[in-house]
Amino acid sequence: MNIHWRDAGRHYLQVAAFCCVIAVLTTLLWPRRPYLLQCGYALTIGTLCWAVIEFGRYLFDARHCTSIVVGGHGWPKGWRGVLLTAVGIGCSIVIGQPLAEHLFGAGIAASERDSGITLAISILAGGLASFYFHARGRAANLTAQKNAAERDASEAKLKLLETQLEPHMLFNTLANLRALITLDPPRAVTMLDRLNSYLRVTLAASRALSHPLSAEFDRLGDYLELMAVRLGPRLRYTLELPAPLRDLPVPPLLLQPLVENAIRHGIEPQVEGGAITVRARSDGVRLTLEVCDTGVGLDPLAGPSEGGGFGLAQVKERLATVHGDEGVLRLTPLHGGGCCASISFPVAP
Amino acid sequence: MKQHALIAEDEPLLAQALQAELALAWPELQVVASVGDGRSAVREALRLLPQVLFLDIRMPGLDGLAAAAELADAWPTDDAPLPQLVFVTAYDEYATRAFDAQAIDYILKPVQAERLARTVARLKKALALRQSASVPSEDILASTLAQWRRLLSVAGGADHLPDSAAPLKFITASEAGSSGATVHMVPVDDVQYFEAADKYVRVLTATREYLIRTPLKQLLPQLDASTFWQVHRAVAVRSDAIESVHRDDAGKLSLTLRGRRENIPVSRLYAHLFRAM
Repeated sequence: MNIHWRDAGRHYLQVAAFCCVIAVLTTLLWPRRPYLLQCGYALTIGTLCWAVIEFGRYLFDARHCTSIVVGGHGWPKGWRGVLLTAVGIGCSIVIGQPLAEHLFGAGIAASERDSGITLAISILAGGLASFYFHARGRAANLTAQKNAAERDASEAKLKLLETQLEPHMLFNTLANLRALITLDPPRAVTMLDRLNSYLRVTLAASRALSHPLSAEFDRLGDYLELMAVRLGPRLRYTLELPAPLRDLPVPPLLLQPLVENAIRHGIEPQVEGGAITVRARSDGVRLTLEVCDTGVGLDPLAGPSEGGGFGLAQVKERLATVHGDEGVLRLTPLHGGGCCASISFPVAP
Repeated sequence: MKQHALIAEDEPLLAQALQAELALAWPELQVVASVGDGRSAVREALRLLPQVLFLDIRMPGLDGLAAAAELADAWPTDDAPLPQLVFVTAYDEYATRAFDAQAIDYILKPVQAERLARTVARLKKALALRQSASVPSEDILASTLAQWRRLLSVAGGADHLPDSAAPLKFITASEAGSSGATVHMVPVDDVQYFEAADKYVRVLTATREYLIRTPLKQLLPQLDASTFWQVHRAVAVRSDAIESVHRDDAGKLSLTLRGRRENIPVSRLYAHLFRAM
């Protein structure tokens, strides 16, 4: 059990202040008794009530309490919260009342009627204070949750950008570009243009929600062309996009990680290289996008690569965000080596 | 004397660029072969016996490290001295940070003229020393092997992990031939040797054989270096279990361990461990 003393102290100060206010009220009711005496009563009862509730909630298992993002023990949920409040108020009345009389002498409740009023005030004040803390805690928790979610979202965005702008790819491309500048200037210019449009779209992709399939294929073309400059004759590629599908919307650079994987895990490790085919087809209901390579194929023994298969996970996640359960990503080995990654999802009406 | 070089680099433009830079920095050097993968590098190097090798670390098939290790053993030292080795590497490959920034036997892609000039100067000096008659050829071979060994250990990631990590006490492994459903805690003290095989590392005690998936190069830094000696790219043996070391007619070393029958090959790179006192 890990008691958060700072939180407890903060709560107690508020309870004490509240008790002083109650004492003002009771002084108005019974003007003949001094304020300080009434304050002592209220504080004794309030302190007891606070102590029981503040520390009593640690008796409840954390999974029955509201979760607190910033750490600490939350409020017991449902009937447990009501029970705790009731026990706290009960204790404060049964023990607090006689304790205060013992501490400060002369009871303030002279008559039956006065005892009733004291009881009502105790229950009301205890309930009110409990509700106040409960609501406040919930509000603070919601804010913290919202902040955490926002932080997660921007972190994911950054990670996405980092994978799309993979430094290794960037530095290798620059190294090749540098070589081309002296060896073949016109080709260097073409390569620079490709890199330019690739970078532009990659940076924009982290903001835009979708772009036409034709734009997706153009960007894949840029990327594959850059890779073809690097790998030379070891990389061949074809892009097949039927004209009727050109304007269908897709999340930007959704296929990029699949093409990257095909190159890194399929073509690059293979001495003779291979071919990559990116294809789109549709039966009118669903759109299927395929990235196939004739590389070394799937290694059944290999675990997730360094980076933990982030590429595939990211594609799955983006598919799920847009299409829920309707988006499917499949990885199938091809006969005679190589592998095929396919994505399919419903065509928007 | 005209010096010959071999370039192994899987990206054709970078190979061309390196060749072009070399032509400027060292006009007398003749690039006799430029290949795109490690297997071809080994084959062509053994056929042409160049004096300098430029090996890309990341290559398809056999990577640069494996190619160098294979060449170290297969090189016909009677016909030609072991060549000078230079690794070529790109951004963040094989922890380039582990390389001393001043080390001149590795160059970073894209190759920069000033950096290459320093490498060339060192290579020229080493080759000149080799030709002067004053130094015995065994010493030259020993120092070249030491340079290769240093390069391979750094590039291979042997310096990856902090030394402060406590050495392993147990190897968690499944027994060879089992379904892998049971994991055994094998005390490191019981292990006679480790041998890398395809996708596994075999862990051999005096009586049993286990398999683990951790690559040897990740395992070695976690073992006490004075207890386990790497004697081959694929083998590390318990040093105090070594019974004898034999040299065959061709000069190749192999060793036997107490309690085990098999002959374990010793790579030329690690033969210095067994020089007679």
